[in-house]
Amino acid sequence: MSAASWRRAMNAEAAARMPARPLPTQPSVVVGIDPSAPTTSRWLEFLRRELSVRHVVVLVGVLIYPFVASPFFTYQIGAQALALGLIALSLTLLAGYGGMVSLAQMTVAGLAGYLVAIFGESAATAISLNWPWWVAVPFAVALAVVFATAVGWLSVRTEGIYTIMITLAIGMALFYLAQQNYTLFNGHQGFNQLFPPKIGDVDFRAPVPFYYLALACALVGYFFVKHLVRTPFGVALQGIRDNPRRMRALGYNVMAHRVAAYALAGALAAVGGVLITWYNNRISPGSMGLGVMINILVIAVLGGMKRPIGAFVGAIVFVLLQNFAIDLVDRERFNLVIGGVFLVIVLSSRDGLLGLWAMVRSRFSLQSRNTNQWRHP
Amino acid sequence: MNVRKRRVWIRSLLGAAIAAALASPAWSQETLKIGLLATLEGPFAVPGQDCMRGADLALKEKKGMAGGKKIQFIKLSSDATPDKAVAATRKAVEQDKVPIMIGPLSGDEGIAVKNYAKTQPGVTFINGSSGAQATTLQDPAPNFYRFNTEGAQWMVGLGEHALGKGYKKMFLIAEDYGFPYSQVQGFMASYCAKGGKVVDKAWVPLGTKDYSSVIARIPKNVDALLVVLGGADAVNFLTQYEQTGGNKPMVGGSITVDQTVLNFKGKRRASLLGTPSAGPMADSIDTPQWRKFVADYRAAFKDGFPSPSLFAYLYYINTKATLDALDAVKGNLGDGHKAFRAALQKTNFQGPAGTVKIDANRNGVGTTYITEVSKAADGSFYNKVIKTVPNISQTLGLSDAEFKKMGLGSRDVPDCR
Repeated sequence: MSAASWRRAMNAEAAARMPARPLPTQPSVVVGIDPSAPTTSRWLEFLRRELSVRHVVVLVGVLIYPFVASPFFTYQIGAQALALGLIALSLTLLAGYGGMVSLAQMTVAGLAGYLVAIFGESAATAISLNWPWWVAVPFAVALAVVFATAVGWLSVRTEGIYTIMITLAIGMALFYLAQQNYTLFNGHQGFNQLFPPKIGDVDFRAPVPFYYLALACALVGYFFVKHLVRTPFGVALQGIRDNPRRMRALGYNVMAHRVAAYALAGALAAVGGVLITWYNNRISPGSMGLGVMINILVIAVLGGMKRPIGAFVGAIVFVLLQNFAIDLVDRERFNLVIGGVFLVIVLSSRDGLLGLWAMVRSRFSLQSRNTNQWRHP
Repeated sequence: MNVRKRRVWIRSLLGAAIAAALASPAWSQETLKIGLLATLEGPFAVPGQDCMRGADLALKEKKGMAGGKKIQFIKLSSDATPDKAVAATRKAVEQDKVPIMIGPLSGDEGIAVKNYAKTQPGVTFINGSSGAQATTLQDPAPNFYRFNTEGAQWMVGLGEHALGKGYKKMFLIAEDYGFPYSQVQGFMASYCAKGGKVVDKAWVPLGTKDYSSVIARIPKNVDALLVVLGGADAVNFLTQYEQTGGNKPMVGGSITVDQTVLNFKGKRRASLLGTPSAGPMADSIDTPQWRKFVADYRAAFKDGFPSPSLFAYLYYINTKATLDALDAVKGNLGDGHKAFRAALQKTNFQGPAGTVKIDANRNGVGTTYITEVSKAADGSFYNKVIKTVPNISQTLGLSDAEFKKMGLGSRDVPDCR
C-alpha cells in the first residue's frame, strides 16, 4: 500500500464528503464543519459538541481520584487500568468501528515496550543503547506503528475468523522470537529496570505523577478516537465495516482505509505499551504472550466495543477482578470468579458492560427510556 | 410495587451489598497478617499448592501463633511471571498492609520482588522458594531475606563427584534461562577447577519437544552428559536419546531426576541407575528431623504428595525462620522492624535437611545433598543420598575475589572447553 494511493483514497473521500448524519436527539448540532476554519476552533467546536455534564463529572472524578485513593489504588488499579484501557481502545477502534478483530494489539504494545528497552536504558547494558527517553519513546512508537501497519497490510486481505487467526499467528511468532533471540530481545529474561523518566522535579515513577501521565495519554486517546470516528475517514471506516462491497462500488479504497485504521490503532496500542512497560518497570516475552493477548480482547468485549469509553470501563472491571477475586473465594479457585463474571456479563448483554448499563437505565429510569443509548453506531 | 418503591428497594440492596463488600473483617488486635505468595496459576500451579502446604505446616507447628500473636496468612497468587508476582505483592503490602511478606516461587519473580522491596523499606520480605543468584548478589535489598540456598549452591560438590566417577569430558544440555545458568555454574565452578572439560553447551528453549538436532551434536568422545532440564523436557530428551541409540551416562540438575524421570519406562530404564544429581534436600535423607518433617507433612495434608516436594521444603524453612524470629522479639515490629530483622539475621536452627542460617547478603548458607538413582526393595527407583556437603555459601566455596572474577552464571560463564 503506497502512501500515494492512500492519499488518493482520502481525496476521493473528501470529494464525496460524507458527513455524519445529524443526531435525532440533538437536532441543533452543526455537523458540516467548514474545512477552512482553523484547527483550534474545529477542536473547540468538537469539544463543545461532545462534552456534556456527565463528561465533566467523570473528568473531575478521574482528576481528583489520586487525592482520595491510596497509592495502591492510584497506581495498581487506576494507572494500570488506564494503560490497559488504552491498548483495548486500539482494539475497539479496529473491531468496533472497523470490524477487524486483531489479537495482535498487545503484540504491537509489547514491541513498543521492547523498543523502549532497547533504545533507552535498562539493566541489560550490553543491549540497551541508552538514548534519552525523549528520543527513545518517539522512535519506539514510530517503529511499532510501522509494525502495526505491516500487520494490517498482511491481515486486511482476510475476514472474520481468519483475521483473528493471522493476527494470533503474528503475535505468537513475535512472542517466540522474543523468547529465543538473545542479541536483541534478551531471551526469556527480557529487560529489567525500565523506569519512567524524571522531568524536572517530577519523578514519574511515583504513583500520582504516573497516574496523571497515564490519564493524559488515555484522555488524548479517547478524544482522538471519538473525533476520528466522526471524520470522513471514520465514517468511511464504519461504512466498510458494514458493507465493504458497497463501499468499494462507491469508489472507496477499502484496503487503504483498513490499513490506515491498523496504523492509527497501532499508535494507540504503542503508547499504551510504553505505559504498561513503565508500569511494570520491566518487559519479558510473557508480557506479550498468549494470555495477555487474550486479556486485551476480554477487556474490550467486557466493556463493550460500541463506544470508546467501553475499553476503559472494561479495563477497570478487569483490573479490579484480577486484584480482588482472590479475596472472595478459596485461594485456589479464584480464577473461577473471574471467568464466571465474564461469562455472566457476556451472556446477559449484547454489548458488554455498556450494554448492561443501558439495559439497567432503561429499566429503572423513566426519563432515559426515550433517549437513544446508541448515539454512535 | 410501584416504580419508585422498587427503585428505593433496589438501591438499598445495592448499598447494603457495597457496604458489606467494603467492610473489612474486624481483626482482633492480636492478629498479625503475613502475605504469602506462590504460583497458584500457570505452569507451576501444582508446585505452588505445595508451597502453601509447606508454609501452612510451619505455622501449624506453632499452633497458628508467633510472638504471642495469632498469625493470619494473606494468600496471594501469581502465574510465575514477574509482573504478576509484583502486582500480587504490591496488593498485599499496600492494600492489605501486611508488615511481612513471604514469597515468591520462581527465580525471575524473586528478582522483581527484591526490586520492589527496595521501594518499601518499612516492610520485611522473606523469600519463598526462588533461587536466582542475582537476587542477593547483584544490588541486594536490605529488607529481603532468603533462608534457602539458590540454584548454583544446590550443585556444589556434584562436579567433584562426577570427576570421581571418571567423567572427564562432558556435553551440556540445559534450558535457556536463569535457573539452569545458575545450576550449570554451580556444577562447573568446581568441575572445571579440578580439570574437567565441558566440551560444548546446548541451550534449548524451555518446553522444547524435538531434541534431534541437539542429539546429533553430541560428540562421540565425551564421557557423560550434563542434563539440566526439568520435568517433561527431561523425559522428552531421554526418550529421544534412547531412540537414536545414545548410551552416554547422565548427570542431572536439581529438578531433572524427579518422579517423572524415575518412573521412565523405556528400555534404557536400567541405565538410569547410578545417575548422580544434587539438591538442597532429598526424599531419602535418613535423619530424625527429616523423617519427622515427612510424617508431619503427610499427617497434615491428606491431598498432598507422598513426600514433601522441594517447594514445600523451601517455603517451610523460610516461614519457620520468620515465625521463629517473631517469637524471639515477642511480636514486636516497632522501630522499623529493627529488632525483628536482627533476629532474622541471627537465625540458626536445625531444619529438616540441615542447618538454616544466612550470610551478610541475607542469603542462605546450607547443605547440599548429592544423590544417585538406586533401586528400592520393591523395584522402584529413588534418589539415594551418597554424600552431604554442608556450609555452602553463595560464592560456591571460592573466595569473594575469585567469584567476582568469574561473575554470575550465564550462557558463556563459566567456560572450560
